[in-house]
Amino acid sequence: MDPLRQSSPGSSRPSSPRTPPCEMFDYVGIEAVLDQLKIKAMKMGFEFNIMVVGQSGLGKSTMVNTLFKSKVWKSNIPNLGTPTPQTLKLHSVTHIIEEKGVKLKLTVTDTPGFGDQINNDKCWDPILGYINEQYERYLQEEILITRQRHIPDTRVHCCVYFVPPTGHCLRPLDIEFLQRLCRAVNVVPVIARADSLTIEERETFRQRIQHNLRSHCIEVYPQKSLDEDTNDRILNSKIRDRIPFAVVGADREHLVNGKCVLGRKTKWGIIEVENMAHCEFPLLRDLLIRSHLQDLKDITHNVHYENYRVCRLNESHLLPQGPGWVNLAPTPAGRPATPRSLKVCQQAQDDAKDEAY
Amino acid sequence: TGRAGGRPARPAPGIGSRGDHPLSLVRRGGLGGEGAGVPGGPRGGSVRGRGRGPRARASGARGARGAGGRGGARGRAARRGGRGRGRGWGWGRGAGGRPEARARPGGGGRGAVGGRPGPRPRRPRRVARGRGGRRLAGGRAGGAGGGGAEGPVTPQPGLGLRRSSPRPARPPARGHHEHGPAVQEQAGDPRGQAGESGLGKSTLVHSLFLTDLYKDRKLLSAEERISQTVEILKHTVDIEEKGVKLKLTIVDTPGFGDAVNNSECWKPITDYVDQQFEQYFRDESGLNRKNIQDNRVHCCLYFISPFGHGLRPVDVGFMKALHEKVNIVPLIAKADCLVPGEIRKLKERIREEIDKFGIHVYQFPECDSDEDEDFKQQDRELKESAPFAVIGSNTVVEAKGQRVRGRLYPWGIVEVENQAHCDFVKLRNMLIRTHMHDLKDVTCDVHYENYRAHCIQQMTSKLTQDSRMESPIPILPLPTPDAETEKLIRMKDEELRRMQEMLQKMKQQMQDQ
Repeated sequence: MDPLRQSSPGSSRPSSPRTPPCEMFDYVGIEAVLDQLKIKAMKMGFEFNIMVVGQSGLGKSTMVNTLFKSKVWKSNIPNLGTPTPQTLKLHSVTHIIEEKGVKLKLTVTDTPGFGDQINNDKCWDPILGYINEQYERYLQEEILITRQRHIPDTRVHCCVYFVPPTGHCLRPLDIEFLQRLCRAVNVVPVIARADSLTIEERETFRQRIQHNLRSHCIEVYPQKSLDEDTNDRILNSKIRDRIPFAVVGADREHLVNGKCVLGRKTKWGIIEVENMAHCEFPLLRDLLIRSHLQDLKDITHNVHYENYRVCRLNESHLLPQGPGWVNLAPTPAGRPATPRSLKVCQQAQDDAKDEAY
Repeated sequence: TGRAGGRPARPAPGIGSRGDHPLSLVRRGGLGGEGAGVPGGPRGGSVRGRGRGPRARASGARGARGAGGRGGARGRAARRGGRGRGRGWGWGRGAGGRPEARARPGGGGRGAVGGRPGPRPRRPRRVARGRGGRRLAGGRAGGAGGGGAEGPVTPQPGLGLRRSSPRPARPPARGHHEHGPAVQEQAGDPRGQAGESGLGKSTLVHSLFLTDLYKDRKLLSAEERISQTVEILKHTVDIEEKGVKLKLTIVDTPGFGDAVNNSECWKPITDYVDQQFEQYFRDESGLNRKNIQDNRVHCCLYFISPFGHGLRPVDVGFMKALHEKVNIVPLIAKADCLVPGEIRKLKERIREEIDKFGIHVYQFPECDSDEDEDFKQQDRELKESAPFAVIGSNTVVEAKGQRVRGRLYPWGIVEVENQAHCDFVKLRNMLIRTHMHDLKDVTCDVHYENYRAHCIQQMTSKLTQDSRMESPIPILPLPTPDAETEKLIRMKDEELRRMQEMLQKMKQQMQDQ
């Protein structure tokens, strides 16, 4: 488990009733705890699992490479001979990336063939299956009698969904997928290949997508209902205004004004990936890596995983029924479970746990 | 090509007296001149039989028709110049019986007044080839087809050079033949277009024809899209340039490929195409054939998404369902999101896949060996850039001090009409200026004939008649709206049958002698 999970202030764990703060006379050195944490974290390293979903050709592999500035994924163009796979086969690639002594074990899961068939009914099932499978694995490790010290975390922390830049609105396939997946994992939708849209078209497209998401009650990351305090809310609102980000990926470098930048060179100009005036890739990168990486993991662990766990344990009747117990039989596929009920069940869970011990 | 065109020698049983009517001779387009005596009869399965052979042979007959048709225009002194014109539009077709006026249709021709066609001058935007072109968007000077228009353009007597209002009028109906006081025919030009939504189809149509057909279009919201089936929307525009009228019909297919389950999403489209063929078939077999409206789809622009790695299964499914019914011109949509290297790769990939899946897209006809080098070069370039990578734009932006159609990005301006940026100009030239007539020819000669043969065979098997060389009189089992007409038709059929029997008898007599 993540060493920072317990005590990080940004954690979305519901806070226990606050004890009144106490006046301190002199410097004690409590803040040195941060250094200790840092040393531990550096030793253990971090894990991050990301999944990219979208039709083929939307630049998923390129985007991953651009995000992590390394050849994480060799984009594979299917050969002429290979037929489009009938069922979706996910495959993952794991890399360890190191920067200034901090190690990150990055796992990228790709979903080739998503939405490519003529009949795309139920093309999201393999993906949901994979996500649940990872939760299951973690759960099994967790309920062992003698557990490992550090359970390997293969749960998907973030799912980046690539929306094709049609310029109109979300397609039925997108809506179906997002509805189902937002309940199980953090989803960050992005407008892929945004260099085919002008700035005005981008804005209109974005407005329409936001409208669609609202009208279908799809809560993408960062979820509004999981904001803990006003600071969070302010910060996240800014992000929510810009979701979905219009991104462009590139893994070639070009010379612009004497600088070497990542970009795409066309006959009418060079599209710089890291230039905020050109596309919103920096926003995506900041969200995923620089500011909210830990938050993504926390929410996955505290909310989505717990949901899954409750459902599973309910099914198998391992859950002791204490006060405040809510029957959470697995919801049928149609109804989205609102996060509010998640919090309720989480409270119930905690109470039940306390009772049990 | 399996169809005896003019058939002046044939008695005309069955499908009307085709050969006799001069108008119909003309109207047959590339077919008409075919009196090369290729035996008729329903065309069997073989489709692409539209070689140049019969045409060349029929040059004599064709001569009467004017310089129209590719490479057919022989025996014309002014051939050189005329050919440019004839290349696209059956210029001659309007001429009907006016060979002398053949010289220089203005629109979009090679522009040279006799002799070697010079470099193509700046063309007016919308050119309906044929008799001069009226510039729609105003602005651009220069004769239609360069010197052509100013040159000896002889307006057809009876037509007058009408300068109607500069703004493009209503979209023309598909395939509608307008007859002026003289024998002209205006080609109708139906186009279908298909491709997923959001690929810029409407924008491209706007750019091609400089009309805003979709001003009042309401984009469906996501909820409405979920229950959407593929619609067929027809828009007709009447375009006129320098006295040449074009009735253009654009058929749009919103909702294609949008749903989660897209199996058979092309069915409404195939049904529509078949419906138009059927309508034409009925009209053709009817009594009054002077005013047949040609609503058949002459060309289908298929928009391939640039975001894939080639053809998607939906693309393949659609093209295979329609390639025997209509001319498919594949395009790569929204090409401004691709760098040149990617475009090249994608084009190659698509060409390979088209071969691999055995899809018959529209092939540009070969140019004759006695064409000039310029033309051959252009032809080669055209073929090499298929499928065209196009960009459309509704907006005019300022680039290098000029106002051009384009898209304004923070990193640069994409000009739609810049050949280095995209193939839009090639597409426009191909569609309107050079190959319009050919597209219609192929539709008439190949696709429609296939359909007709198929239809007749079905009816034959139903009627259980023994097979004859001539096509049996089709008693159309389709519901006709008019009982009165039906009676008339039946009467006429009887008459024709009687005539046929008489003919047989006469033949017998001749043989006995």
